[in-house]
Amino acid sequence: MKVCVLVKSVIDKDSRFEIKEGLVHFDSYSDRTTNESDNYALEEALLIKESSDQDVEVVVACLGSEDSSQSIKDCLSKGADRAIHILDEKFNSLDALSISKVLKNALEEEKFDIILSGLQSDDIGNGQIGILLSEHLNMSHASLAMETELNGAEKIRVKRELEAGWFQWTTLSLPASITIQSGINKPRYASLRGIMMMKKKPIKVLSSSDIGIELNQATSLLEQSIPKKEKETKFFDGEADSFMDDLINSMANDLKVI
Amino acid sequence: MKSFVFIQSEAGVINKNSLEALCGIQKLSSRPSITAITFDEQSVETLSGYNIDRVLHLKNPLLQSYNPLAYVEAIQKIIQTEQPNLFAFGHTYEARDWVPRLSARLDIPFISDCTKIRFENNTIFTRHIYQGKIACDLTSSSETTILSIQSGSYRSDEVDSGSSATVENQEVDIVEDKRISQEDKFQESKGTVDLANSDLIVSIGRGIEKEENIPIAEELAQAIGAEIGSSRPVVDYGWVPHDRQIGSSGHIVSPKLYLAVGISGAVQHQVGMKGSEAIIAINKDKNAPIFEIADIGIVGDIFEIIPKLTAAIKEHKQKS
Ligand SMILES: Cc1cc2nc3c(=O)[nH]c(=O)nc-3n(C[C@H](O)[C@H](O)[C@H](O)COP(=O)(O)OP(=O)(O)OC[C@H]3O[C@@H](n4cnc5c(N)ncnc54)[C@H](O)[C@@H]3O)c2cc1C
Ligand SMILES: Nc1ncnc2c1ncn2[C@@H]1O[C@H](COP(=O)(O)O)[C@@H](O)[C@H]1O
Repeated sequence: MKVCVLVKSVIDKDSRFEIKEGLVHFDSYSDRTTNESDNYALEEALLIKESSDQDVEVVVACLGSEDSSQSIKDCLSKGADRAIHILDEKFNSLDALSISKVLKNALEEEKFDIILSGLQSDDIGNGQIGILLSEHLNMSHASLAMETELNGAEKIRVKRELEAGWFQWTTLSLPASITIQSGINKPRYASLRGIMMMKKKPIKVLSSSDIGIELNQATSLLEQSIPKKEKETKFFDGEADSFMDDLINSMANDLKVI
Repeated sequence: MKSFVFIQSEAGVINKNSLEALCGIQKLSSRPSITAITFDEQSVETLSGYNIDRVLHLKNPLLQSYNPLAYVEAIQKIIQTEQPNLFAFGHTYEARDWVPRLSARLDIPFISDCTKIRFENNTIFTRHIYQGKIACDLTSSSETTILSIQSGSYRSDEVDSGSSATVENQEVDIVEDKRISQEDKFQESKGTVDLANSDLIVSIGRGIEKEENIPIAEELAQAIGAEIGSSRPVVDYGWVPHDRQIGSSGHIVSPKLYLAVGISGAVQHQVGMKGSEAIIAINKDKNAPIFEIADIGIVGDIFEIIPKLTAAIKEHKQKS
């Protein structure tokens, strides 16, 4: 059985940025991390591999620039078997539909039984890629998985999270693409041995010419900006001692909450 | 311009987020023609009371309860025959589950989770990226564009009423595809806290850093007389039980005071606490989206501020 995990490398949440001429610019030395829900997706794939009596190969697929390499290596260190890195400047800043088409062309011939992805990326947050890909690759799908049960080689049962504490079990015929919600498991750390073994694991790099795709993207970016505030906020900033009396006064007399 | 709004509805109960999407379309400055489309017969009458042009009720037994592949096929056919310019959804968990598939099937873009749409020569879609820190305006050159509206971006009680909508019932053919089958929805056993009825909540976010730090926030809560709530990651890590999670997949609360410590204020969290009477946030990042909705914003390190705030509140309470 072949399981693919879609992994995206994103800019760290604490990175500083500014908006210049309607475009966001991050500090050039900002850290990158693996997208949060993708860590849970990788862990779920590794758990499937470890608990299955079949042979399971876990393949990580990532579309992203050079600086995605660390995320890919982390996944291999944790136990993924190999990786596919789609790396080409032409694929920078694509919309969801275009990303999914690139992934389709890159992954189609692998004939994965299961594709796991995060439910949403922490940067662009389309919340779409895993489901778009299910259609392109004619797979069944489920989103926001909070538990999976693989039943033999044909079916997988998935507990889907719904709003406000509700859930629903869904049974999918394989092949299936499933998006994973955070909290489904406890992602592991890489072991020292894992890091040593990672160095021998293959990373296949694909460029746009390997993938051969004509993209006609319909959406385009006009402008980026800082969201407008909805409320008038009274700010307290600086040394805590310097504003504590004022703060208590505001809490007691303006908001009347203490 | 021709627009459609999908109304998610079960036994006559219309999803609020769908109405918010309808409201967003109604408010467009050059108002398009509007068709509200639903699979639920029991919501047709309500819908016909809104200021829209048409209610389209699609009929097929496979559409009676949620069935992603049947839903995709039904709406695919409608889009192909009617070719609307905009096809709008509420950004519900259900929409998340099947609308991307519709987009891929038809090869038309889906601009998801929009906070605003407006019209200036062209339709402009605003959505937030980087977890709410940056707003992004987009346009689409596609004949049809699918979009979804973020929960809370428009008000369902501002949907315009009217009386000129025509009602159309249409049978649709769907080939049954059994690759995805759903069981009944269920709710996990409820915990013991009743956050929905708590007047005061101190809510802990990932800024707390580790489980051992949680008592700092608990002491603050005690000083105020508040219950503890939390954001999702803190629950994911197992530091706080699930029944204390606030947000779209946890509780929706509206206490007199919501004091958020180390919470960034992602939309899925805001959905659960935006209705609070007073919001205080402590966060070291002045750009954190939680400050967009806070009455009092304390910019700084929670580990410095919380112990001092706790002491000051105790002192204040003793005096008064
Ligand atoms: C479908 C879906 C459903 C979701 N459901 C929910 C839900 O129900 N509830 C929910 O909460 N989330 C939910 N989420 C997750 C949500 O998108 C955010 O990821 C989450 O709310 C972030 O939690 P946080 O603010 O605690 O963490 P972060 O976003 O990591 O924020 C931590 C904050 O702490 C601040 N900080 C760090 N250290 C300090 C310090 N020492 N002093 C002061 N400030 C500090 C940082 O500046 C940052 O703003 C959902 C997501 C999706 C996609
Ligand atoms: N460039 C990418 N490379 C690999 N996987 C991706 C990429 N973009 C998105 N994904 C996957 O799709 C999920 C949802 O992303 P999005 O639709 O952008 O919110 C992510 O959590 C990843 O698992």
